[in-house]
Amino acid sequence: MADDKDVLRDVWFGRIPTCFTLNPDEVTEREAEAYYLLLPRVSYLPVVTDKVKKHFLKVMRAEDVEEMWFEYEGTPLKWHYPIGVLFDFHASNTVLPWTITVHFKNFPDEDLLHCSSNSVVEAHFMSSIKEADALKHKSQVINDMQKKDHKQLWMGLQNDKFDQFWAMNRKLMEYPTEDGGFRYIPFRIYQTLSDRPFIQKLFRPVSPEGHAHTLGDLLKEMYPDALTNDGEQKRYQVLIHGIEPLLETPLQWLSEHLSHPDNFLHICVVPVPTD
Amino acid sequence: MPVSLLWAVDVYGRVYSLSTAGQQWEQCRNSQMEFKRVTAAQTCCWGIACDNSVYLNVHASDLPIRYQEDTYENQRWNPVDGFSDRLLPSDRWQWSDSSGLQHQPLNGFQLPSSTWEWEGDWHVDENLEGEPTEKEGWTYAMDFPAAYTKDKKWNSCVRRRRWLRYRRYKAMDTWAKIPSQQTTLPDPFSDISCGGWEISEEPGGRLSLWAVSLQGKVWFREGISHHNPEGSSWVEVPLPGEVVQISCGPGDLVWAVLWEGQLLVREGISRDNSKGTSWAVVESPNPEVGAIHVAVGMNVVWAVTKDNKVWFRRGVNSHNPCGSGWISMVGEMAMINVGLNDQVWAIGCEDRVVYFRQGITSSELSGKTWKAINVPRDGDRSHSSASASSLHSAGCFFSGEVRAPSVASDAELDIEHPPGDGAISNAPLHCPEPCVDAHKNTSSELCIEPLKPHIPKVTSDSFISELVSDRKPAKTDAESVSSAVLEEEVVPGEGEVNVLSSDAITCTQSGGPPDPQWSNVDLEEAQIQHVQTGAVPDSADSCSLSSVATYTLALEDQYGADEHPLWAWVSGGGCSVDSHSQLNWFNCPLNTSMLQSVQSMSLSVSPAQTAAWRKQIFEQLTERSKREMDNFRHYEQAIEQSVWVKKGAMQWWRDWKPHKWIDVHFALEQFSGADGNKDGILFIYYNYHEEKKYLHAFINEVTILVPVLNHSKHTFAIYTPERTKQRWPIRLAAATELEMYDWLALLSVSCCDSRGIQGPPSKQAIWSITCKGDIFVSEPSSALEATPYPTPCDQMFWRQVGGHLRLVDCNSLGIVWGIGYDHTAWVYSGGYGGGFFQGLASSTDNIYTQTDTKSVYIYENQRWNPVTGYTTRGLPTDRYMWSDASGLHECTKTGTKPPSPHWTWVSDWAIDYSVSGGTDREGWQYAADFPASYHGFKTMKDFVRRRRWARKCKLSTTGPWQEIPPIQLSDVTILPCSAQSSVDVVPLWAISNKGDVLCRMGVTLLTPAGTSWLHVGTDQPFKSISIGAASQVWGVARDGSAFYRGSVSAQSPAGDCWYHIPSPAKQKLKQVSVGRTSVYTVDENGNLWYRQGVTPSYPQGSSWEHISNNVRKVSVGPLDQVWIIADKVQGSHSLSCGTVCHRLGVQPMDPKGQSWDYGIGGGWDHITIRGNSMEPSRICLSSMTDPSPQAPRSPLPVRSTESSSALNLTM
Repeated sequence: MADDKDVLRDVWFGRIPTCFTLNPDEVTEREAEAYYLLLPRVSYLPVVTDKVKKHFLKVMRAEDVEEMWFEYEGTPLKWHYPIGVLFDFHASNTVLPWTITVHFKNFPDEDLLHCSSNSVVEAHFMSSIKEADALKHKSQVINDMQKKDHKQLWMGLQNDKFDQFWAMNRKLMEYPTEDGGFRYIPFRIYQTLSDRPFIQKLFRPVSPEGHAHTLGDLLKEMYPDALTNDGEQKRYQVLIHGIEPLLETPLQWLSEHLSHPDNFLHICVVPVPTD
Repeated sequence: MPVSLLWAVDVYGRVYSLSTAGQQWEQCRNSQMEFKRVTAAQTCCWGIACDNSVYLNVHASDLPIRYQEDTYENQRWNPVDGFSDRLLPSDRWQWSDSSGLQHQPLNGFQLPSSTWEWEGDWHVDENLEGEPTEKEGWTYAMDFPAAYTKDKKWNSCVRRRRWLRYRRYKAMDTWAKIPSQQTTLPDPFSDISCGGWEISEEPGGRLSLWAVSLQGKVWFREGISHHNPEGSSWVEVPLPGEVVQISCGPGDLVWAVLWEGQLLVREGISRDNSKGTSWAVVESPNPEVGAIHVAVGMNVVWAVTKDNKVWFRRGVNSHNPCGSGWISMVGEMAMINVGLNDQVWAIGCEDRVVYFRQGITSSELSGKTWKAINVPRDGDRSHSSASASSLHSAGCFFSGEVRAPSVASDAELDIEHPPGDGAISNAPLHCPEPCVDAHKNTSSELCIEPLKPHIPKVTSDSFISELVSDRKPAKTDAESVSSAVLEEEVVPGEGEVNVLSSDAITCTQSGGPPDPQWSNVDLEEAQIQHVQTGAVPDSADSCSLSSVATYTLALEDQYGADEHPLWAWVSGGGCSVDSHSQLNWFNCPLNTSMLQSVQSMSLSVSPAQTAAWRKQIFEQLTERSKREMDNFRHYEQAIEQSVWVKKGAMQWWRDWKPHKWIDVHFALEQFSGADGNKDGILFIYYNYHEEKKYLHAFINEVTILVPVLNHSKHTFAIYTPERTKQRWPIRLAAATELEMYDWLALLSVSCCDSRGIQGPPSKQAIWSITCKGDIFVSEPSSALEATPYPTPCDQMFWRQVGGHLRLVDCNSLGIVWGIGYDHTAWVYSGGYGGGFFQGLASSTDNIYTQTDTKSVYIYENQRWNPVTGYTTRGLPTDRYMWSDASGLHECTKTGTKPPSPHWTWVSDWAIDYSVSGGTDREGWQYAADFPASYHGFKTMKDFVRRRRWARKCKLSTTGPWQEIPPIQLSDVTILPCSAQSSVDVVPLWAISNKGDVLCRMGVTLLTPAGTSWLHVGTDQPFKSISIGAASQVWGVARDGSAFYRGSVSAQSPAGDCWYHIPSPAKQKLKQVSVGRTSVYTVDENGNLWYRQGVTPSYPQGSSWEHISNNVRKVSVGPLDQVWIIADKVQGSHSLSCGTVCHRLGVQPMDPKGQSWDYGIGGGWDHITIRGNSMEPSRICLSSMTDPSPQAPRSPLPVRSTESSSALNLTM
């Protein structure tokens, strides 16, 4: 009997094989070889690319190096989205490994936030967790934690320590049994054809009548186009961690098990690939 | 918590029950008539019906209620006829009881009532105290009365044999009328209350039943017991006044209310006198307003006064049944009932809603708030239209139509009563005491005015905020007093009842439209209306009326508003909940389909587990990992794993003498091993003669972590194979319990990681239990049963599983059952963790709350001296006057604590009469001197006596166990089978705690809990049972002899008859275990016996062969492997009790084996290896090349009288 714990592990240990290539426009002293790495889906690019930076800096002169940023097929990759979301959103249904171009020049200020150090990522990560807990528990759980507990969450993610992270994150996933779920489900829906970066609204896990809301209920309200009507050909894939959960999956369960470490359920709606 | 029932009667006399797991009231369908009151126990429910007779509803159980009738056939030898029934004139009857004094012919036995039936015919008992007799069952003696033997001797002049026949109670789950007595019962009963099952230690069924007649007399039902649920007769209990209502608690509290409003307390109720001796009077809480209702529990009394105020009595317990003072509580109630665990239910006086008192714990018996139970009722239309949500779904299409007539019916009821009916207002007004509202005094006003539904104004009326009445009596509204008196002046009138009820029914029928549900209006309802319209139309408004009015208005105004049921009576005597219970009673259920899914949730497979969406996610994640990672394993990981160190300060029980706790630093270093598994090292840094030193242990060598919690220290023990051999673990103590569990959880995860163990135990797993009830499980290696070089026992790795059990059995299909100390049966749910394993070391699903109860015993010792008789003054050399069983340690009532902080007391100290050897009426056992063998009566030679006191404590934990109610078990066995075997239905046998043999039906892989019990008849209680791989069932009876069950097969799962197998000479067997073919037993003196000569054609075998001594328990597995729990095993420091041992050299040709290999021990109590069906690999080369093949050690036959318990850390 598979256990729900296994889902947490599978989610945490999800890896995307990635090939980093240096942007050909960069000035190098000798030819840069591609660099291959397994990226944790739940982490963030700046956290896991120290090795990449080191690798390419070897072939570059220090004066040519500015802030590193990544691009995939012409799109700058937002470091403040989890890696898995970036992959699902931009590159699902492509051939693996995922090929990312590394830039050290011409930082696209209009598209990307600057990230001077990991502490910026940490601040972003913690603010996401706090936002999520505000939705889930009116911030009661996160506020009850101590500074070191917050640190444990971040260190767990940064050092890929599943046990360390979940020992603390468990508390953020609790809720009073009689409520049947969180107050609101922290979620973000990413869509390709929109100016808005993502949809985020208030949505309860349980209907006023006491039904458990499902993924389908959420999409019907937030993004009905994502659903396939009867007799229609499927147009969109609804991806969470690279998989397509059934629409009848209870939202509360998804939030507990398929949320990213930032405690948000990141849902990517991408067009069905046309082969 | 087992599912139990709350019973209630609505104002129309319909009886409903609400399950603690349920979300709707279920109507008791098989009652043809309406009931006035019910009073429930866990096994049955008593009620007074509208015909004023008492009815009993015994809940169906897989365990039949059967009673053994026996009689003796006596014969005397004479030279002419040989043995014949021609006796001497001075002899006893030819058919008599055992003493010979009572004439008992076979045809003289009659069924006591129509609710009984015979089970088979008379048969001869062929068992004399464990010894089988000759076929005819005769036992011989020289003369009556004498000692009988099974052998005929030359001087045997008389003989006798015992005939047996069983009768069975058949009226299960129906209301059976208790036949009225021949001796005239003067008048019908008006109140009834049962309880008293806690007075004696007798298991379930013994009850005290008290009743009140309309004339105010009190009656007690004699002779109610498990074997006689109906009791035998009514006995009148003399009274100082006229009683209106009575309440009997589970223990020795009985209170009654007098007409005048005072309360009576029954005194002198004890184990020997369940009727009590005398009454004491307690004044009403409010001197101006009399009490009208009382409800008692174990240690509480609640009362309602005539102004509907609720009162709580302080300081009530068995020593002081009268209590010390009243406390006024919030809320206005019509009646109150106290159920199990002193939980309280009430019916609101105006809204007629059933309320549950929330927050009642043993330390806060008054609870916190009243919470309305808000669930629909099954069947009637209120269900289909009650909740707003179902209105949505049902589209409200018919509710309007159906309701309209009922409104009319109610309205007409009010109007159509001719004023002349006023005379009938003299009728007894006994049931729902009308509540009086002095501010609304005319009925017409009432009907028009929209009444707000009365909800008691309760938010957090905790104990402190309550008004303490004995300091400051509640101020009473004079007006309400006067009206209360008015309303109370109704005098009982005999004979008028019938008139009234018929009247009530006719008037309903004439007035109401043909709606069948409304035709059975209860007489009480009608009476109230008579009262209202008749005699006292102006001042006495009944609350029933007012709530009817509310109801009418609500229907017209608010469409979906609750047409809530109006309750008249509630009884929680059978309802087992406590402050931790999760009840779904308070929110109206979500919708019908949800409701059904909740109800259909089976024990083993929850729908969520099998839901398609979940399967889909599991499959897709696996597929994703494959897709994204399988071909890229050679890629570098983005984040390197590093060493992780956790440090802490602890105390360590140092290895050298003098042993003592010393402060140490403790560190766990974890790192990734070469094969990707995590590994670690433990360091203990200590000072030795000012020098810093350390001790270390590799995590992958740790074999077990044992928590040892007591009140002084939070310690745990770490074993490695070496330390297991020495019986000397690393003992560490953490500063706090929390810290200890943090470390244990971390170390446990670390140990499992290093061995690559995760998830639930395998089906082959070996389960064991310590004497503390902690559960450990070990994964057997395939070499565990290899010969000649098996894996040494001390190298087995054990990990803890949450929960608390006394014994466990399993088989290789993964079916695992356990039994708690309180005899509750549990089935393994497939999860892991629980207990202190939080988060990752524990599965999310399949972890449930588990409770267990056990008794702690202390002894009161006294010595006789010629002047004062027995006193608490002993000789200077004597033991403590209050001690443990050994007498070596002082144990006083106040100083004795529960076994560990996990246990809390749930009862007070009470004398324990169930001591082996028997006791006198005060529980004393006598002996010539300490320590000696004790007997239950005093002789001239006895100078000391002792008695045992017991106090119950309770533990609450979590684990992968689900309860299998309701029958309590003392032993269980599951068919051992090979891993490949495809058994659909797995045979499972058990012994109930009363000694009945039971066979579980419907046990399969998907439903490991099975469905129901099949009772297998025996002539005496059993204590142990075991089933072998070929369905050979062996049992041990209470007299110490063994029985073999013939013809057990898949077609006939319960077999056909028992074959009696005498025990080894002069030994009483206590446990049996049957493997593939081997049969082993353990006797009460710790000897292990092997059954010789067992063959397929002669499965009973021929004789017992002694194998070993100092054995506590044996488990024989599907490979015929033999494991025991042994006592007195030698270690480096001392002897150890309760050690897991493995029989070496067991082979098909040598099933008895040769020697013992010693494993983990010091406080182990139980093991089952019946899941391990892994055949050892034939090629044992690997084990030959094993660097340290452990040569089987020779057994250590250590004989020592007292084992020092210095090492038995788990004891």
